[in-house]
Amino acid sequence: MKKGISRRNFLKATGIIGAAAASPLSLVEFSWGKGSEENFTVAHISDSHLTHIKGNEFVRNFDKGLKRAVTEVNFMRPKPDFVIFGGDLAQLGKREEIDHGLEIMSKLRYPVRWVIGEHDYYLDLGKYWEEKVSKLHYSFDHKGVHFIVLNSILTYDDWMFNKWKSPEVRMSQMARLDNPQGSPFMVKDKQIAWMKEDLSTVSRDTPVVVLSHSPLYKIFKPWNFWTEDAEKVQAVLKPFKKVTVLHGHVHQILYNQIGNITFQAMMSTAWPWPYPVSYAQAKNAVPKLTVFMNRADPHSERDATGWSMININNGRVINDFRLWENTNRTLKYDEKLGYPVDEKYQNPENRIPPQEHY
Amino acid sequence: MIKTIKFTILTLITFALFASPALSDEFTKKDLERWQAEFMTAVKQGEKLFHSSLGRNTVSCDMCHPNATNTHPETYPKFQKQLGKVVGLREMINWCIINPLEGDALKMDDPRMIALEAYITYERRGVKLDPGKH
Repeated sequence: MKKGISRRNFLKATGIIGAAAASPLSLVEFSWGKGSEENFTVAHISDSHLTHIKGNEFVRNFDKGLKRAVTEVNFMRPKPDFVIFGGDLAQLGKREEIDHGLEIMSKLRYPVRWVIGEHDYYLDLGKYWEEKVSKLHYSFDHKGVHFIVLNSILTYDDWMFNKWKSPEVRMSQMARLDNPQGSPFMVKDKQIAWMKEDLSTVSRDTPVVVLSHSPLYKIFKPWNFWTEDAEKVQAVLKPFKKVTVLHGHVHQILYNQIGNITFQAMMSTAWPWPYPVSYAQAKNAVPKLTVFMNRADPHSERDATGWSMININNGRVINDFRLWENTNRTLKYDEKLGYPVDEKYQNPENRIPPQEHY
Repeated sequence: MIKTIKFTILTLITFALFASPALSDEFTKKDLERWQAEFMTAVKQGEKLFHSSLGRNTVSCDMCHPNATNTHPETYPKFQKQLGKVVGLREMINWCIINPLEGDALKMDDPRMIALEAYITYERRGVKLDPGKH
């Protein structure tokens, strides 16, 4: 992006911009100007939760989900420029699980951009992940879009370092979703400062896509559908015109718009989670915008699981959910309305009975 | 000797019939508290089981049903697609133990089954009964 901005500024500064319409230089303005990013496609796979039993045994059902996603992404047309993995490759952060996941993912024909989830992190605080898989937070540019990858599943120091008698206990405590002893996810000030610095050289017109594991807003604290310092992260993203957050963790279709930021959850390949509305004992802030995914029917192991084809179109995300046992869904940002809508089901008249939850 | 035993039993029965310290509709606040505590013990046991490995693959109930959500105990008995008939909650619990958890079915009156049912229904307390609803 740096290059684009300086070139644009150069053009502005030299006053050529208007006069250049008929010259080859106009192509420069076209390539880097507002709303003229290239369109491209990526794939998003998330939350495979590969679970080691013993020896070389893993939970068959979860293996099958990830393997199926990998196979389908390899057949995807148009071909993806890269694949995003949204976190929680492993269930208990074990080396066996991460290695097993890398082996399955190695069948992909495309490069992978990795996001870490709490199930990958809380055994050794990301050490093995950093060694074998990826950095925990980083940024990159692709065809005019700036991507930021966050490690959004940090938490309070005391919980992380002092509360538990062993790393295994810490991991199993964090792995339990409905744990009353749990602790909220955080990006933390150090990483937020990095993000601010990283974005300081990015033009405000540049589309920004943030990849995180936890939703970078607050939905339901008891299950950590929640990032404690979400407002601080949102504030850093506020000056940008087109911002999309793609996150994992919630194992369900969930989307929202807060100010300039569009949030979209990705499906899990392992199992679906109920919406927090179905817990009768606690309040939730599930976004009203979301048209719920169908009620999961455990008759099929692959029900309410899947992956996503992501088209980046004029800097906005068009999310094609590839659902294995359910009608496919497409989420598209509506420029007039200013928020993402489901192409078919946003209109309540078109909804089907399994989308009603209680 | 036998006569003496018979007499003693008869005396005890007579005493029990006429001199029982509590009538059936007579219970105290303390009794209520004890019964509630017994129930909550079952709920606690159920919570523990619900978060532990009941089958052979380390998978636990809470992984798909945090706080026992989407179990909908208030809708049973109901037609369950995967079993092809109207069943009670306990049969569905067993379906989950056999399939996703790759374990063996519990007996219907197994104390563990009762504890699981206690936890599941307790987490759904306050929701009106709606048998058969999907």
